[in-house]
Amino acid sequence: MERVKGITGKSVKEFLSNNAIAIMIVVMALYVGFTKDNFFTFGNIHNLARNVSIRFLVALGVSGCLITKGTDLSAGRQIGFAACIAGTLLQRPDYASKFFEWAGEYPLFGVILGVVALTSLIGVVNGIIVAYLKVPPFIATLGMQTLVYGITLIYSRAEPIGGLRNDYSNLATGKLFGISYLIWFAAFVALVMWFIYNHTRHGKYMYAIGGNENAAEVSGVNTNAVKIRIYATASILYALAGILLSPKSGGASVNLGNGWELEAIAACTIGGVSTNGGVGKISGILIGVLVFEVLKVCLQFLGVESNFTYIAQGIVIIVAVAMDIRKYVAKK
Amino acid sequence: MEEYILDVRDICKSFPGVKALDHAQLKVRPGTVHSLMGENGAGKSTLMKCLFGIYKRDKGDVIYCGKKVNFPNAHAALQEGIAMVHQELQPIPERSVAENIFCGRYPMKWGGLVVDHAKMNAMTAELLKEVRLNVKPTTRLGDLSVSQMQSVEIAKAVSMNAKIIIMDEPTSSLTENEVEGLFTIIDSLKAKGVAIIYISHKMEEILKISDDVTIMRDGKYVGTWHADELTTDLIIQRMVGRELTNRFPHRENVPGEVILEVKNFTSPNPHSFQNVSFELKRGEILGIGGLVGAQRTELMEGLFGIRNATGEIIFKGKKLNISQPKDAIDNGIALLTEDRRATGIFGVLSIEDNVSVASLNKYVEAGVLLNDRKIRNLVNENINKLSIKTPSTKTKIQSLSGGNQQKVIISRWLANDPDVLILDEPTRGIDVGAKYEIYTIIAELAKQGKAIIMISSEMPELLGMSDRIMVMCEGKVSGFVDGASATQEVVMDLATKFMQ
Repeated sequence: MERVKGITGKSVKEFLSNNAIAIMIVVMALYVGFTKDNFFTFGNIHNLARNVSIRFLVALGVSGCLITKGTDLSAGRQIGFAACIAGTLLQRPDYASKFFEWAGEYPLFGVILGVVALTSLIGVVNGIIVAYLKVPPFIATLGMQTLVYGITLIYSRAEPIGGLRNDYSNLATGKLFGISYLIWFAAFVALVMWFIYNHTRHGKYMYAIGGNENAAEVSGVNTNAVKIRIYATASILYALAGILLSPKSGGASVNLGNGWELEAIAACTIGGVSTNGGVGKISGILIGVLVFEVLKVCLQFLGVESNFTYIAQGIVIIVAVAMDIRKYVAKK
Repeated sequence: MEEYILDVRDICKSFPGVKALDHAQLKVRPGTVHSLMGENGAGKSTLMKCLFGIYKRDKGDVIYCGKKVNFPNAHAALQEGIAMVHQELQPIPERSVAENIFCGRYPMKWGGLVVDHAKMNAMTAELLKEVRLNVKPTTRLGDLSVSQMQSVEIAKAVSMNAKIIIMDEPTSSLTENEVEGLFTIIDSLKAKGVAIIYISHKMEEILKISDDVTIMRDGKYVGTWHADELTTDLIIQRMVGRELTNRFPHRENVPGEVILEVKNFTSPNPHSFQNVSFELKRGEILGIGGLVGAQRTELMEGLFGIRNATGEIIFKGKKLNISQPKDAIDNGIALLTEDRRATGIFGVLSIEDNVSVASLNKYVEAGVLLNDRKIRNLVNENINKLSIKTPSTKTKIQSLSGGNQQKVIISRWLANDPDVLILDEPTRGIDVGAKYEIYTIIAELAKQGKAIIMISSEMPELLGMSDRIMVMCEGKVSGFVDGASATQEVVMDLATKFMQ
């Protein structure tokens, strides 16, 4: 039982090894910032933060699943699902290739609420499959991924959905005090999630299930209900991400958000959400998402061809998790 | 030839907060049975783990066949001829007996490309004959009984040409006949010059089978004696190292009115508990005795809603329906489970979270928010009351010693102020000093009027702490004895009452 106060050689070394990836990214950003123009500009940083905002919502969603030793591979397809439904109901009335001829001008927040509620049902189903049918989350959500994709394909007829209403587009482009709504919103959601994780029963039970599911059950925790709530919450966050991503990228399509779950899972892991369950902090998740987005922007500024960035991302994931695991390997 | 095949000298090993081994020694002669004795927590398992390289020793030498050795892992030790037959066997139940024995070193054919099943099965048949096990080499291992699996494990050790076989509590789940069978195998191994290190708590067994006995206490070496120089009393005295009367606190609890009545409690599994009926009074400590496999844990898990069961539970005069742990908890019943790691602690979570997890409902305000200040007060109060030694309430529970972990889990249940506390092996894997503290806590709780059920496989603990003892054998209640007048013999007789 050590209590290291002050800076010692050991504590510095520990800090460096625990945050190696984040430190590398910071060093990289500093290097790019000082060698290239326009990197440390408000515009660039602001844009980066907007990208982070939506990725962060997805990572927050999937984090609950990961903390309980689960996962959610259906996240990306749920983003597409929510985006398409919201998009079809929020097109400009005068738009030439309107998806639903009959669609009227529905209240913006009413539609958003409806889409979020609908998507959350997917999460409830995920949760029921994982909790009651005891299907391993990897398989359960893999099935759901394909299933939701099918539903969205049929619904959207694989057509791109453009011509979004101005008030809807404004969610992605509008600003408050010079800062994008997206950033404000992500910050607000993060705060809510932080509260849930740290100051509610649900949060405590989530960590308990991840830490030791059997012990949680013996302690009277209704583990099934908690899991369902976790997957439903995740779906709510994916829905919000999808609803915001569509106006940000100028329209919805069935492939919107495809594969995002993998990056979200990787970001969580880099941010210290342990693959062994029971561990994970909101701040860490934010760092994980930042690592990826900063890496992408840096490589872009360095003129690295975009195909190569995938290789860099892959390496970062593996190295980060390898270092994370090292912390948990029993010290003999 | 060396006098000793294994000479373990001055091994020291510390864990955070505990000195688990303090100059431990062990000298084993070839072709003998050498018993290693000591209370739980005396360091027997730790010593074996240091020998096998599962733990790294801080200090000391291991001399094996005249050479200094330092095995990096159990596999390396096995290669050199030191095998261990585990207390909890770790077989591959889905594969055949032969594959379990030859796992990792299958006989091959076709230039090492293909496993030679015929040869492997023939070799296995030979080995099985040697350990007097009458099963086919191709039998699925999972279809064997525990004692048969143990024989397979011994056959495996024999096949490795083991010079030393360590048996950790080999008879804990065997019937008397099976024990006799094991002893025959041991005798034939001895005749071949194999040394057996025998770890057991059972005095009669030790005295019957051992050539030498080494006793450990609190991680220290007490001494080595020839078995014929020893008696049960002498062993206990040397294991405990002080007068037996000091091992348990003075109890002032007075059993009151009946709080819990269990009638005809029966598991749907015919091999588990059947027709169990008993009463529990306020302020009473009811000990539950029996051998491993007597279904005591299963019975308590049934009562707590972890397992299905039929029968009646009458609690405070009312019939109670318990279908999940939450029902039991809400009614004021708590269960300290047997396996702390598997169903007790949340290793990666803080002490605070570990204490509060079962009582969070009491700290919810405004519908959702938890009152952190109240939770912290609860935790601090318990840390003081049960004298839990920890740097802070945020410390992860996994970094505490076993005794302190146990106190944290007891705190978890006390936070709900239960009327009935079921303690399943409350001092398992806890060092001697901490045991006494746990006993004090149990005695204090009983004095406050809480009704306590204590399952214990440690006879002195059972006899020393119980007001009454209910003994179980093969899922059935074989009798009740008064705690004050009970003897080890009476309890053992009852614990084997229904065995053929």
